Amino acid sequence: MTSPPNGAGVGLLEEEAPPAPTIALGLRGSRRRRRRSAHQPGRPLTTPGHRGPAIGLGMVVLYMSIIVLIPLSAVVWTSMEDGLGGFWHAVTRPEAWSSLKLTIVASLLVAFINLIMGTATAWLLVRDKLPGRAVLDTLIDLPFALPTIVAGLALLSIYGTNSPVGLNLAYARSGVVVALLFVTLPFVVRTVQPVLLELDREMEEAAASLGASPTKIFLRIILPNIVPAMAAGTALAFARAMSEFGSTVLISGNLPFKTQVASVHIFNQLESDNVTGAAAVATVLLLVSLAVLLGLDLLQRWAARRG
Amino acid sequence: MVRTGLRISVLVYLTMLLVLPVGIIFVRTFENGIGPVIDALSTAAAMHAFQITVVVSFYAVLANTLFGVTAAILLVRYRFPGKRILNALIDLPLAVSPVIVGLALVLVYGRTTGTGKALAGIGINIIFSIPGMVMATAFVSIPLVVRAVGPVLEEIGDDQEQAATTLGAGPVQTFLRVTLPSIRGALAYGVVLALARSLGEYGAVAVVSGRLVGRTQTVTLLVQERYQNFDQQTAYACAVLLVLTAVLALLISQALRPKELKS
Repeated sequence: MTSPPNGAGVGLLEEEAPPAPTIALGLRGSRRRRRRSAHQPGRPLTTPGHRGPAIGLGMVVLYMSIIVLIPLSAVVWTSMEDGLGGFWHAVTRPEAWSSLKLTIVASLLVAFINLIMGTATAWLLVRDKLPGRAVLDTLIDLPFALPTIVAGLALLSIYGTNSPVGLNLAYARSGVVVALLFVTLPFVVRTVQPVLLELDREMEEAAASLGASPTKIFLRIILPNIVPAMAAGTALAFARAMSEFGSTVLISGNLPFKTQVASVHIFNQLESDNVTGAAAVATVLLLVSLAVLLGLDLLQRWAARRG
Repeated sequence: MVRTGLRISVLVYLTMLLVLPVGIIFVRTFENGIGPVIDALSTAAAMHAFQITVVVSFYAVLANTLFGVTAAILLVRYRFPGKRILNALIDLPLAVSPVIVGLALVLVYGRTTGTGKALAGIGINIIFSIPGMVMATAFVSIPLVVRAVGPVLEEIGDDQEQAATTLGAGPVQTFLRVTLPSIRGALAYGVVLALARSLGEYGAVAVVSGRLVGRTQTVTLLVQERYQNFDQQTAYACAVLLVLTAVLALLISQALRPKELKS
């Protein structure tokens, strides 16, 4: 249950607040109105004799600092303990490097499969009058709600050594990919679905009445409209796959150079007291996450500008 | 033709990836009837793990609820320098690997660090004990309450709050009597999401708890430890319990989901 998929993504709160109520109360009201027209919406933090919001902001910043910001800075700081050379050395140790390579390749593959299957699933949920769609719709969110270790146990039980369906992916890279596919399943579905729902059917009908084939309608009308959502969902799935830990623990067997993903590598380095090595690989993952978040923000702005 | 192909491929994909794996957990759990399941769930280790999980989740959700409501109000109703940065930072935990969350907390609050030693000096142990597990759990679920409450706050606007203020209500009274009742549904939605996430957290807690059996073992840690020690009955029984909790949370959150967030 990570990202609340649609709506609650990056930068939602940045949008302009709904127009301020204009309560005509003389000076106060008019001052407020002027502020509203300023660049940033919202009241100022402090007004005379009213320090609550400022104290609130102090608490919020303190909380974020103690739990998130200082610890994450410590990771980057520790990775640089022996300078940039030491960082590079730690990241390129064969075991670390191979875990990073596996993670990146597997995540790209998983992101691509999600792009196809996620869009297809969203299509099925919105456009196909399949009986039992409601159940399917609820089921899609299950990977978000299910603890990752349970996902791993479930996958190992069906695709493990005693597989009842005769498919043994335990301790293999394909097992890692399946685990990552499981935990990233909802992302593309949940970003594409609302866009498909809101798509104006009249455009398609107009195109059809002018003689466009279904393929042409899909490629020229539907696809361009859902591409930003597809890209956003795929990026989210990629970021999640890069950082996944719990679901891969059981099925991968954590074999170095074979099935060990970056997160598991970090965990093992920490257990064997190689803190700097753990921090170095962690920093690489953090940079990837940051790049994805930044890219998503740009994508969102671009899509918003395009209308 | 195309439609049939699409239907079949999506249904096969979802069955292979979702239905069969989750289904097999139930099959494995109840293979020998319900008796062994009840026995497995009532062992001392399992009971203790339930207790730890509930305690850790309770404090993490409580902290994030207070933080989430405050942060959402600040981000929606006020302007201040650094607002955009704060807004971006709130989403950051979603993109951070749980193991890195654990590593980050160990690096600052671990027993060999300056902060850790200073805190140990006044009798507070963070890592390998409950406070660290609460912090790790809180870290991973930080955005959930903020992002549930924020859009609803925006939607309702602040005219009612303004009216209350002009009629002489103080800030506390305005919050309790006007703001809180109107965000109640969204808040409950966020709390359910945060609670589900907290109960199921594994990676971050695995690092900071030190996985001390009988002391800092949560239910998810118990599943992994029991499975690897060939006590599959307990592992599966606890897993089923977690699946049922997840499904319940899913259904409740869907019922509670504010319509502003519905597609």
